[in-house]
Amino acid sequence: MKTIALAFRYLWSRPLQAVLNLLLLTLGLASISFVLLASEQIDRAFQRDLAGIDLVVGAKGSPMQLILAGVFHIDVPPGNIPLADVEELRKQPQVAKLIPLSLGDSFRGFRIVGTTADYLTHYKMAFAQGQAWTRPMEAVLGAQVSRDIGMVVGNSFIGSHGLGGGGHEHGENTFRVTGVLAPCGCVVDRLILTATESVWQVHEKAMAVDDADRKALEAEREVTIALITYKSPLAAVTFPRYVNGNTGMQAAAPAVEVSRLLRMLGVGSEVLRGVGAVLLFTAALSVFIAFWNAVRERRADLAMLRMLGATPAKVAALLLCEALWLAVLASALGLAVGHGLTALVGYLLEAQRSLPVTGRIWVPAEAWIPVAAIAVATLAALIPAVTASRVDVAHLLNSR
Amino acid sequence: MIETRALRYDYPSGPSLSFHDVDVPQGATLLLHGQSGAGKSTWLSLVAGLLTPTAGEVVVAGQPLSALSRTGRDAWRARHLGFLPQKLHLSDALSVERNLALAFYAAGVPENKAALHHALELLGVGDLAHRRPSQLSGGQAQRVALARTILMEPKVILADEPTASLDDEAALTGLRLLENCAFQCNATLVIATHDRRVQEALPAAMVYRIGRHPAAAMGEAA
Repeated sequence: MKTIALAFRYLWSRPLQAVLNLLLLTLGLASISFVLLASEQIDRAFQRDLAGIDLVVGAKGSPMQLILAGVFHIDVPPGNIPLADVEELRKQPQVAKLIPLSLGDSFRGFRIVGTTADYLTHYKMAFAQGQAWTRPMEAVLGAQVSRDIGMVVGNSFIGSHGLGGGGHEHGENTFRVTGVLAPCGCVVDRLILTATESVWQVHEKAMAVDDADRKALEAEREVTIALITYKSPLAAVTFPRYVNGNTGMQAAAPAVEVSRLLRMLGVGSEVLRGVGAVLLFTAALSVFIAFWNAVRERRADLAMLRMLGATPAKVAALLLCEALWLAVLASALGLAVGHGLTALVGYLLEAQRSLPVTGRIWVPAEAWIPVAAIAVATLAALIPAVTASRVDVAHLLNSR
Repeated sequence: MIETRALRYDYPSGPSLSFHDVDVPQGATLLLHGQSGAGKSTWLSLVAGLLTPTAGEVVVAGQPLSALSRTGRDAWRARHLGFLPQKLHLSDALSVERNLALAFYAAGVPENKAALHHALELLGVGDLAHRRPSQLSGGQAQRVALARTILMEPKVILADEPTASLDDEAALTGLRLLENCAFQCNATLVIATHDRRVQEALPAAMVYRIGRHPAAAMGEAA
């Protein structure tokens, strides 16, 4: 019989205590695993979506709102900006690339974004089927959109007003799907892309009362957001100030806003991490008490082992091995629960057309979970194990 | 087989106990008498190599225990000494068979299933191997504990109050089994007891009486 097998039997000889300790350890480890998985994926999603975007320009309002609406598409934009002003910006010497985005409509909760083919190039999108739009009222679906609403190339749909869904439908303005994008794991997966002109067309038709009115509207065309890439990083010093001071628009630097956002989210993840640590500490105490009691209860059994010839080290090893079993079982369960929880949150976020989070990936930091489990269990069992190894055989002789 | 010379043990913060010399031949039976607290446990611990004497020497089966290291004494005890405690200490987390296998585990030797089942058969409890100790009667449990005691074919068997809490008939059966096991292993049997029935049942046994006189030399071989 091996120490491992014997320790396992001893562990489950007190099933209630074993389950309680396992539960506490598992919950602590699961919450830490969840924080690691979720924060890593949110960080990655932000990095991916932000890649190459130096500045976001839009209507005056909250700069964070501008970033959330324009880059991550999880907030409503503060308003629109005149197309003429945006074209002025494009001419500035610091600007290498400017991509306009027009928001306002959606289809079953997925945003319809009017833009140029540059947007597809920027995110290096590949097509799963079909091709990009060539004229207004043609649309390309992100991978998640196509999967969720089950549309393919050749299908048609009618967009509704507003970003949340549930707005009135734009009657005769039917979009035709010309392409479906391959999954990129980025924000484009949950967007419906079309030409900027489509958005103008939908709204001008809806609002103009006659031809003259439409002409007037055409002269005042707007977009919602402009994504800008600088020619040189030096532009970051002067260009935002130029936009904020000399135009009626607002410039927001994604790097600044995202680090502000992550700091805010960071508080949440710190709290969760803290809860995990408290749970682990509670688990350590519970394991300690359980083992302490076990050593007291089994003092005579342990003395009997000594009498049968077991060395003190062997008796201590038996106790430590029991703790290791707890650690190993709790690590496996904790990781499983952590991933399950992340998958559940990912499912809820997907239903809200929000950030992509999955429980099916592993992050390197998770390697610390079993390390933490073993450390906690071993530390908690150390004193009881040493006590067990010093058990006085006189207890055996006197236990009448 | 068991020889003690000028044996003394000083508890770090307690009494100092000295014991008369004793010499028990192989195969003989020694009855250890004494009131509780008189030093019986100390003497048994010294002979089992669980305590190191302050002075004097214990020689068991020709092996001076002082010549062995602590771990050496643990290994020696595993191979040559069988111990039958009064409370049997069979673990209910394990089956009868696994309880016996603990002896191999503690000794750090490979499990010998044939020897294990032979010991159970010898004591007439071969069919109980897969039961839990809590499912056994008192008599069955004692036989299982005895099987564990003789599993490694020890040269010395120490039994602590084997008849306490047994009625006359069970006490006599238990003693006969113990005697028979010692005979099978050709082991020296030491029984710590204050039960008069034991002496009546084993009239040929040597008697070693430990008194409560901490300062003076204790024990008196009869």
